[in-house]
Amino acid sequence: MDSFLLLSTAAKIGFALAIIFSFAPVLIWAERRQSAMMQDRVGPVRANIKLFGINITLFGLLHPLADALKLIFKEDFVPPKADKFLHALAPIISLVPAISVFAVIPFGDVFYPELWNQHFSMDLVGPATRGTPLQIASLNVGILFIFGIAGTGVVGAAIAGYSSNNKYSLLGGIRAAGQMVSYEVTLGMSLVGCFMVYDSLLLEDMVHWQMAHMWGVMAQPIAFFVFFTAAIAETKRIPFDVPEGESEIVGGYFTEYSGMKFGMFFMGEFVEVVTSSAILITLFFGGYHMPFLNAGGWDFSFQAFGHVYLENAQIALQHWGVTLIEVVTWVLKLSLMIWFQLMIRWSLPRFRYDQIMALCWKVLLPLSLLNILITGLVIIWNNS
Amino acid sequence: MGKLVNKPKYTMMERAYLPEIARGLGVSMRHFFKNTFSRRSKSEIVTVNYPEEKRIYPDRFRGVHRLTHRDDGSPRCVACLCCSTACPAQCIHIEPAEYDTSDPRYGYERFPKVFVIDELRCIFCGYCVEACPCDAIRMDTGVHVPPSTDRAHFIFDKEVLMSIPGADGTYESENPRHEPGDPSHPGLTRNHGH
Repeated sequence: MDSFLLLSTAAKIGFALAIIFSFAPVLIWAERRQSAMMQDRVGPVRANIKLFGINITLFGLLHPLADALKLIFKEDFVPPKADKFLHALAPIISLVPAISVFAVIPFGDVFYPELWNQHFSMDLVGPATRGTPLQIASLNVGILFIFGIAGTGVVGAAIAGYSSNNKYSLLGGIRAAGQMVSYEVTLGMSLVGCFMVYDSLLLEDMVHWQMAHMWGVMAQPIAFFVFFTAAIAETKRIPFDVPEGESEIVGGYFTEYSGMKFGMFFMGEFVEVVTSSAILITLFFGGYHMPFLNAGGWDFSFQAFGHVYLENAQIALQHWGVTLIEVVTWVLKLSLMIWFQLMIRWSLPRFRYDQIMALCWKVLLPLSLLNILITGLVIIWNNS
Repeated sequence: MGKLVNKPKYTMMERAYLPEIARGLGVSMRHFFKNTFSRRSKSEIVTVNYPEEKRIYPDRFRGVHRLTHRDDGSPRCVACLCCSTACPAQCIHIEPAEYDTSDPRYGYERFPKVFVIDELRCIFCGYCVEACPCDAIRMDTGVHVPPSTDRAHFIFDKEVLMSIPGADGTYESENPRHEPGDPSHPGLTRNHGH
């Protein structure tokens, strides 16, 4: 393995981890403050650090810090008759897959470090020019990797419920397993239409198709709706949060968890929100695609009604500038998507368990199958 | 025989669920944007940062007790024990004492040597204020009992109760007080009645 590959991969992993672990605490703050704003409250703003007689509160951004401190110093209680090994393993199983999904998500186009200062075009790329796709791993199974890894998340919840030796935990674990396995089917089926349109399983190819044609949300609106719903169900958040339904089963599968083990479940949930948002923007909102931006810079010309407008409105940008805009666009889209997910989480009431199952098997699954049929017909009609 | 519950009839739009979700999201987004991006005075936020910002309570709010003053600064209380008798929580303790024989008030009224209210026992019913014939005890201070980690801090004696002003900042009561010697004084004493 040569040093270029090693260095670039390390940098990309660093970036992805930085995104995940900076978004997760900020999300704790965002969730509490955003819900406060939606419910006409002030929200948490009281955690402060006193420096030179001035109280620094940063709009309540210090609350996640205080939360983390509390969780670290809390007693880590394991029920006496619990399975100690599985009890300790479950939070790890539910956190690690959520993070590793990030490995295949592209957050920028291919970057050529040697050409960083030039106006980029494909002519400049020689056979010896080393480029690195801004994506940790370009696996040829692509999106299937996401399904495979994200599917293990259910094991964490189920093991947590099973190993706690608590009826409520067990009920929560069973509910989580049932719900997640059901929605896993819909999750996969809803994307088949996308695969047919994008003609690839690789996430970077999907982004390229969307850059060349249109965003996935316009090409596959039904798939977007079904996938979005299923993705929220996979994160086990309101309105699909029966696995931890406080009013019925105390805390669900993490009833018996405390301290940082609970913190890992807590953070795993937020990491799942980040990753599901990242998948959503990659599949349906063009990933890092910024409209009117191509590899050479801005190009505002567009064609409408058989006429080309703003023909000369071009601004050339250097390679690093284009890459930077792409990455920033990706982060912005990610933030917006997360914001929207929080919006939904604080607007809708919880579904009953039978409603969740009915929604999955009677509405979303037939809808995704119908979407496959329609997509197939449209593709055949287009090709003939 | 069970009672028939009329289930609400949903329209087609409501049964489709998605339009209603969009409507609900619209409501929460309106609140979110209004509260996030407008000044505090124009937002719809109804909660306050309590210790720094305080709400002004209505006039009839029953706050911590105070003992009203006479013009000479002594308590208006005549130690009649009406308040401690009326108190359902039995949190008021009064030890009455006679004035000195040379005092013009001697034989006319008494004064509280000890006046203690246990604010932890008090249920803030306001019966003591109702019972007082002299307007000597009031709960119009508009403030709570300050929090403390020490139970002893909640035993308010005469000095503490007299040091708390009313919501208007005064220690007196608006009701007139007729001292012996005043022209308005009816001249009633223990020896000289109606």
